[in-house]
Amino acid sequence: MSEQSPSAAHDFIGKEYAAGFVTDIEQETIPPGLDEAVITEISKRKNEPAWLLDWRLQAYRRWLDMPEPTWARVEYEPIDYQAISYFAAPTGDKPKSLDEVDPELLRTYEKLGIPLHEQELLAGVERDPDAPRVAVDAVFDSVSVATTFQEELREHGVIFCSFSEAVENHPDLVQMYLGSVVPQSDNFFAALNSAVFSDGSFVYIPKGVRCPMELSTYFRINAQNTGQFERTLIVADEGSYVSYLEGCTAPMRDENQLHAAVVELVALEDASIKYSTVQNWYPGDEEGKGGIYNFVTKRGVCRGARSHISWTQVETGSAITWKYPSVILRGDNSVGEFYSVAITNNHQQADTGSKMTHIGRNTSSTIISKGISAGGSSNAYRGRVRMNPGAKQARNFTQCDSLLIGGKCAAHTFPTIESQRSDAIVEHEATTSKVSEDQLFLCRQRGIDAEKAVAMIVNGFCKEVLRELPMEFAVEASKLLEVSLEGAVG
Amino acid sequence: MKLLELRGLVASVDEKQILNGIDLTVNAGEVHAIMGPNGSGKSTLSNVLAGRDGYSVTQGEIELMGAPVNGMSVEERALTGLFLGFQHPIEIPGVTNMEFLKVAIDSHRISIGEEEMNTRDFMVQVRDISKRLELSTEFLKRFVNVGFSGGEKKRNEILQLMLLRPRLAFLDETDSGLDVDALQVVAKGINEFRSDDNGVVLVTHYQRLLNYVNVDFVHIMVNGAIVKSGDAQLAHEVEAQGYAGLGEA
Repeated sequence: MSEQSPSAAHDFIGKEYAAGFVTDIEQETIPPGLDEAVITEISKRKNEPAWLLDWRLQAYRRWLDMPEPTWARVEYEPIDYQAISYFAAPTGDKPKSLDEVDPELLRTYEKLGIPLHEQELLAGVERDPDAPRVAVDAVFDSVSVATTFQEELREHGVIFCSFSEAVENHPDLVQMYLGSVVPQSDNFFAALNSAVFSDGSFVYIPKGVRCPMELSTYFRINAQNTGQFERTLIVADEGSYVSYLEGCTAPMRDENQLHAAVVELVALEDASIKYSTVQNWYPGDEEGKGGIYNFVTKRGVCRGARSHISWTQVETGSAITWKYPSVILRGDNSVGEFYSVAITNNHQQADTGSKMTHIGRNTSSTIISKGISAGGSSNAYRGRVRMNPGAKQARNFTQCDSLLIGGKCAAHTFPTIESQRSDAIVEHEATTSKVSEDQLFLCRQRGIDAEKAVAMIVNGFCKEVLRELPMEFAVEASKLLEVSLEGAVG
Repeated sequence: MKLLELRGLVASVDEKQILNGIDLTVNAGEVHAIMGPNGSGKSTLSNVLAGRDGYSVTQGEIELMGAPVNGMSVEERALTGLFLGFQHPIEIPGVTNMEFLKVAIDSHRISIGEEEMNTRDFMVQVRDISKRLELSTEFLKRFVNVGFSGGEKKRNEILQLMLLRPRLAFLDETDSGLDVDALQVVAKGINEFRSDDNGVVLVTHYQRLLNYVNVDFVHIMVNGAIVKSGDAQLAHEVEAQGYAGLGEA
């Protein structure tokens, strides 16, 4: 499988969405529709303990009473939740080793540039043997199909496995932390996820351990009429460190597909979690047909003193993106960061940003948001910084920059600051700029074609965020930016 | 070899005719100066040559390197060897000068089937040129033209010229807004660039750049037409009599 991998990321630079193929594989699905019987069936297929089924059902009942949020600056036809299938999985048991994984699935990940092979890494960059390695958990529709490097990680006491395996093998940890950051009834989509989530990744880093490699999960939606509801839980125990990467793609389909994930991060005293996302769900076609609805709740809690949570996201895909990776800064001197690039083209809509809630003393947070709009797209930053009464000398710095390409797109900024401390320092900077005809003319007169020029200008605009990404992802992200802007300039 | 030939060039901007029939030939090894008052159409001429959107040729012909430019895009014209020195170089925030220069040189190399330039060779070359233009290496790390002084912007144009080595350099008011020291540095760059293989057209309002660069031909442009051509002596006449004395002749 190695022959393709080095060039696989180059496949992203096709003239269209290169990850848009469908894998032909035998699947078992639960028919569309949602009620308590379906939830019970999901739980049963996953051999879950009773407490988890109860937890799901409780979430479902709460969800029934919740209205779908309408405050975001996005527009879409009402979603028929009864028309969605809530479970799709390749048939058969989960393979025990990589050798047993269906070759069709291996080919799928190979095509996407995701090596499910322990000698290899995310494609796209030439490797030197000393370069950091990446362990991958591959989630295909509703289930995890493979997780690499598990054994080596186990030697360090690191648990990295699918959520289902965690429920089976580490039920205490799961029960202790599940829903502790994003409660069941947090919001409409989080409640739905809590009821029907199928798989995802689980990470536990023990006290004082610096995770010896990057961990990553690669989400792939393949089945038709299926929603993806994954759940990720990362717990960093005292004094530990982990860098986690998340990537995602889906086939090109004419209908919209729902993706409603929940990610919970817990950082205990002196622990540090770095969470990076390159989101490349299918964005729909040029007319705005099809694409993923990406309604995701991501939140971390800095529970212990001096803990640190950093979110970095590059959002290039999805028809609609609705997500606000947030940090609750409970521990004294804890640090929260959010670095974001959200790019929209054609008819894409993004409403994204962050919430920083300062509870502990001397807590500090940074928000750097770069929105790029092209075509007829709409891109909104929405943020909330809150300084609670106990957050003595809390500080926040927020910078929101918007870049417009062409004259039909829109950028909006909705920052909210709620401070109950007179000694809080809250800074907010915002800019809006345009890729001008003069800039393009200068580049083109120097022999640089228009699309390359736009990519260069956009990369420059996003530099502060891109440099926060691990190297493998930064390369992929730069290329994705270029692909996303295909056709953005006439 | 003919690098540029204009035959009866009539061109408009936004449907307003600005160039009213220009004939001009530039051969390899020649340096020309086009002089004229503000509004005579000098900048329009450079934009038309470069193929900028909004500028259209309504009559006549442009040939670059012996071939008509019809249908050629801005970048194709650039890659065939046309370089435009900008009167007001635009800023590109976030993109360092170094990155910009590297992408530009690589675009040229790729267009002739060569590999991208080795980073080390590139650095050596860029540093050498910077030094000759009295630009510090710090300058290369700054964003393209952002916060540059007028002199730095113009020297940056000459840096691009010397790096990209075009066949034909069309420099639009490269001398405007420069003090004497900066003017001499710019002139030095132009003199180092010029050779028997390439051609230079200096578009200028004033004669003073010509004190530092020897030109073979001077053309006086008034109201979108070349009204008089001659040798370097003509520039001195303009200096003495002003354009009015020559113009409506």
